Amino acid sequence: MVEVRIHGRGGQGAVAAAHVLALSLFREGKWVQAFPHFGVERRGAPVAAFVRFDTQPIELRCHIYTPDYVIILDPTLSGSPVAVEGLKPNGGVLVNSPGQPEELDQLKSFRRATVNASSIALKYGLGTPASPIVNTAILGAFARFSEMVSCESVTESIKELIKRKTEQNIAALRDSYESLRVASVNETETLR
Amino acid sequence: MKALITGNEAVSIAVKLARVEVIATYPITPQTNISEKLSLYCSRGEMDADFIKVESEHSAMATLVGAASTGVRTFTATSSQGLALMHELLHWASGARLPIVMANVNRALGAPWNIWCDHSDSLSQRDTGWLQFYCESCQEVLDTVLIAFRVAETVSTPAMVMLDGFILSHTAEPVDIPEQEMVDKFLPRQKPLAPIDPKDPHTLHAVTGPDYFMEFKEKQYEAARRAEQAAREVSVEFAKIFGRNYPLTEGFMCDDAETVIVAAGTSAGTCRYVVRKLREQGRKVGLMRVRTFRPFPFEEVNSLLAAAKRVAVLDQAVSPGSEGVLFQEVKASLYESAGGRPAVYGFVSGLGGRDIVPEYIEEMIEKVENSGKEKLDRVNWLGLKK
Repeated sequence: MVEVRIHGRGGQGAVAAAHVLALSLFREGKWVQAFPHFGVERRGAPVAAFVRFDTQPIELRCHIYTPDYVIILDPTLSGSPVAVEGLKPNGGVLVNSPGQPEELDQLKSFRRATVNASSIALKYGLGTPASPIVNTAILGAFARFSEMVSCESVTESIKELIKRKTEQNIAALRDSYESLRVASVNETETLR
Repeated sequence: MKALITGNEAVSIAVKLARVEVIATYPITPQTNISEKLSLYCSRGEMDADFIKVESEHSAMATLVGAASTGVRTFTATSSQGLALMHELLHWASGARLPIVMANVNRALGAPWNIWCDHSDSLSQRDTGWLQFYCESCQEVLDTVLIAFRVAETVSTPAMVMLDGFILSHTAEPVDIPEQEMVDKFLPRQKPLAPIDPKDPHTLHAVTGPDYFMEFKEKQYEAARRAEQAAREVSVEFAKIFGRNYPLTEGFMCDDAETVIVAAGTSAGTCRYVVRKLREQGRKVGLMRVRTFRPFPFEEVNSLLAAAKRVAVLDQAVSPGSEGVLFQEVKASLYESAGGRPAVYGFVSGLGGRDIVPEYIEEMIEKVENSGKEKLDRVNWLGLKK
């Protein structure tokens, strides 16, 4: 079983990102669960969404406390210990950031990656400069980083689930796939 | 066709497949998507049903009592405070022997205000005369709505289908959506017990004095008991058509188990996950999931639990001044047992959305296996902050 936790702020599309990712994995024959953490949901408030997938039916029904991957949609959350809490020692963290993954010093015990999802989203007219909708603009990078899901499956899921600006979302996905930056792995660190 | 849908979508699709004719709902978190989806189906003409807008849940149930009296198939959905507001009319619907089906998205009752899952809303309607089914997955939600209509109409008794708020209602997972023709085959129109007919006017449920009231209640009681066998037969038929089997209680690794956990709803999934893990370590543990709470399957519960040394009941509702609600029912079953009489312990957790994690289940098992009865209370809280 693989567990993914997505952190963002209300309005960035964390819940939709979880649904698109789950549908893509489902298309590839996996058993999946996609669910939001419902707090008091407001635009700008920190939100989390979860995806579990496995080759067999999933029985576990609690939240995700020890994820294999963490996706951070909002750069201001990358310094928050809450975001990577419980992330497995060799787990991967993908951050929406204009910077290089090596700059994420506080995350160096994990496999780190970044993609400038905000700038990609804005390039394709997704959201506004104050509040870009970055979900599809990070999933391409996640597909490449995790190697768990194909970009083609995610494209099909976007076509099914995202009815507005579908083509722009697909373009953002592909751009995101090409724009992934992964931190070089230190020799002392375990390779996955 | 397999699709990735939420529990609330599963309910809505099942209601459409059941060809319900009158729907009256009032939106409430976390049920609202059901109201929205059904209203959309009706407005688009995808469903040939009257969607009646009402100003409260009380009116929703009153509307359906009227509609169902004409013999049409009726449905509503609610949660928490909404279900509590319906309380008076829940009794009326069952007393009038109307096979109304309702989905209740389990949510805590205030105060304090809370929108998350526990079972206090539906368990506090235990004695209203409604059949109650608790689901573990979105697939089971869809299938159980169909089964509920068939059972309710067979015994002329209303039925409630429970799905855990957010944990099922807002979780997307793969669900096999049955073909309309197969549902039509499974769910034919049944002749209503005593429909209103303007050409043959009668007064229904008028004042019934001490000379006949008890006879009405005895018939209602017998119908609800008969629902047990009806639910069993309907499940067998459902399995024949759709290939999925839903026993009233599900025993998992109970045969040689020394400790058996009892749970209802989605927490049973997490319990099963823990049982598998502990079995790998050679621990003799099992799980009994109560799917049908009303009618309560006393004999099945007995046969699954009587051979165990100890039973740990996980409740997501507590009766203040007494104890866990499921705990009481399980103990009552075992008191009748001709065989063994395991020690039974009651645990309460998951109130108001407190996440039920595997560690709680493991703690529960440790407590009953190591502590002995003296050290455990009537109600043992799991995950309570000190």
